[in-house]
Amino acid sequence: MSDAVRAPVVGQDRRPGYRRLRLGSATVLLERRTVVVVLSVLVALLVLGVLGLLIGDYPLNLGQALRALFGVGGDPLAQYFVRSQRAPRVLAAILVGAALAVSGAIFQSMSDNPLGSPDIIGFTTGSASGALLAIIVIGGGPAETAIGALVGGGVTAAIVYLLAWRHGLSGGRLVLVGIGIAAVLQGLNNLLLVRASLTSAQTAAQWLAGSFNATGWPRVLLVGAALLVLLPAAGLLARPLGALVLGDDLAAALGVRVERSRTLLVVVGVALVAVATATAGPIGFVALAAPQIARRLTRTSGVGFGAAALVGGALVLASDLVAQRLFAPTQLAVGVVTGVLGGGYLIWLLGSQWRKGAR
Amino acid sequence: MSTTGTQLRAATAKPVAARSGLLFLAAAVLLALGMMASLGVGSNPIPPGRVWQLLWAPDGSFDAVVVLEQRLPRTLVLVVVGAALGVAGALMQSLTRNPLADPGILGINAGASLAVVLAVALTGISGIGFYLWFAFAGAAIAAIGVYLLGMAGQASPSPVRLALAGVAISMAVASLVQMVILANANAFNEFRFWAAGSVEGRGYSVLFATGGFVVVGLVLACCLAPALNALALGEDAGRALGVRVGLIRGLAVVAVTVLAGAATAAAGPIMFVGLGVPYLARAAFGPDQRLVLPGTALAAPVLLLAADVVARLVVLPGEVPVGVVAAILGGPAFVMIVRRPRIEAL
Repeated sequence: MSDAVRAPVVGQDRRPGYRRLRLGSATVLLERRTVVVVLSVLVALLVLGVLGLLIGDYPLNLGQALRALFGVGGDPLAQYFVRSQRAPRVLAAILVGAALAVSGAIFQSMSDNPLGSPDIIGFTTGSASGALLAIIVIGGGPAETAIGALVGGGVTAAIVYLLAWRHGLSGGRLVLVGIGIAAVLQGLNNLLLVRASLTSAQTAAQWLAGSFNATGWPRVLLVGAALLVLLPAAGLLARPLGALVLGDDLAAALGVRVERSRTLLVVVGVALVAVATATAGPIGFVALAAPQIARRLTRTSGVGFGAAALVGGALVLASDLVAQRLFAPTQLAVGVVTGVLGGGYLIWLLGSQWRKGAR
Repeated sequence: MSTTGTQLRAATAKPVAARSGLLFLAAAVLLALGMMASLGVGSNPIPPGRVWQLLWAPDGSFDAVVVLEQRLPRTLVLVVVGAALGVAGALMQSLTRNPLADPGILGINAGASLAVVLAVALTGISGIGFYLWFAFAGAAIAAIGVYLLGMAGQASPSPVRLALAGVAISMAVASLVQMVILANANAFNEFRFWAAGSVEGRGYSVLFATGGFVVVGLVLACCLAPALNALALGEDAGRALGVRVGLIRGLAVVAVTVLAGAATAAAGPIMFVGLGVPYLARAAFGPDQRLVLPGTALAAPVLLLAADVVARLVVLPGEVPVGVVAAILGGPAFVMIVRRPRIEAL
């Protein structure tokens, strides 16, 4: 409560650990720790991104990679690998991670529970169902699969919300209804896989594992364009979300239009997770872990979309590098790596909560 | 017990007993029907009359082999697994006072399956007599872990917390299982279908290996019923009524572990069987665990048999794992329970 009351008070002077930033008439209060964390995560992202350009079955050193990236130097093979294979893959991993993390931050704040993230309450499973229907029933290619994932995620979210709605929305009921729907959808996905022909079942299984293999520029541009709209939208909604966390009545008293903000937040959150799933298949636990890690690093209780997005990008990028190189030349699915990493993180999270005895 | 209490009991005992008896009879009839359906249905349908005839007088025909060698052990495994999962769920719900407790939802089955997959992948031995013990160990660790994590320092974990802790741990464990299975061709072959919860091709060896443990677990559960009734009044009231709280809780965890571990070793991780049936049993019999536990043991196999019959019919001539159908049937039940105005504490 004390944090919440403190947060809107911008005019207070010279608190230690804060810095005021004047932009015309607007004043932004920056926390020094947050700035440091954001900068270090940015550096980590840069290092990981460069690593992603260097390593692979055709290893390059830094100079070779940079020359290839900017199209100078006479190694066409290196140019091919760096410019049309590794660079789009790195970008796609960062964008998908950011989308998942912001979506996770939205739903975790709304359900007031770190575990209420879209991969656990079924939206990711719903996207997978839509994509599987597109692959197996329609026999569609990558474009149809992506559309299927978007539609599947949206329909699932609508169903979960309608079922969880009962004189308003409670976070706990939303999560529990989501778990039930996720189980049904998981069963349907298995059923679809069993009924499919061998070739489409293989396509579907590859897609289901979650992977950035063969990600080209067109897909990166698509997800980038979507995020160009969705991330600013999320940023605009961060303030109403921060008020909604305090409870509907208090949020209304602070001037937030509760139902409208909540609906918009859900639409943006579902769109983000559906876009990410359409790009790379279902990648578990990033939406769960990234906002929590960001929150722990910055030690703020707020929503923190920016830090979460950066951490999410770094997480997915690092997982993808591990997935590529751990059993090289066999490529692991990135979803398996994030699953194991996220699972370990989750157990640590629950364990530390248990020791602390809080919340 | 005072005189008024005895009079009250005398007055109410008869109709309650009659009603319960009728309900037990109905459950038994349903169970018999389910078993007959399970024996007759499949890619080679056999009419009930012929099944009945073959059971008592096997004539060595192809149908007789199908019924006696394939469908009968499978049906019996389903009954054993269903009873084990149902009673494990009822025990957990009573123990945690949480209507959402189910060995599948709370990750006990996932823990058992991870232990089994790891044991087979690391040693290369794949007999059920061997990996059953690992299933017990995995179930025990998961049971204790989920309970501790879900509690998070509170006196009793809220339904939401416990369910989320279990689901999250199940998901993490499932991706670990995926990783082991993908890295090890032997384990992949063994567990491709088992990991989705399947009784396809389960023979008498599986039945004999797990049946004994399930019977022990069921007997233990029924012996605990009076003490659980007392504990339902609260820990202090239970203690005042002469219940040794720690001992009873410990024994109940042992029973859950044995039941869920044996069921998972036999059929893979199956969700939701232990959720809906105890819920219905409490609606039918009231809160008395002495009736709820046996009622669940009779009724839960019916659900699993029905799910398996559907699993065999839906993609004729193939079949889907029964765990898949159980999830599709059980998910809506779960949603219905959590949609109630207040998830009542037990």
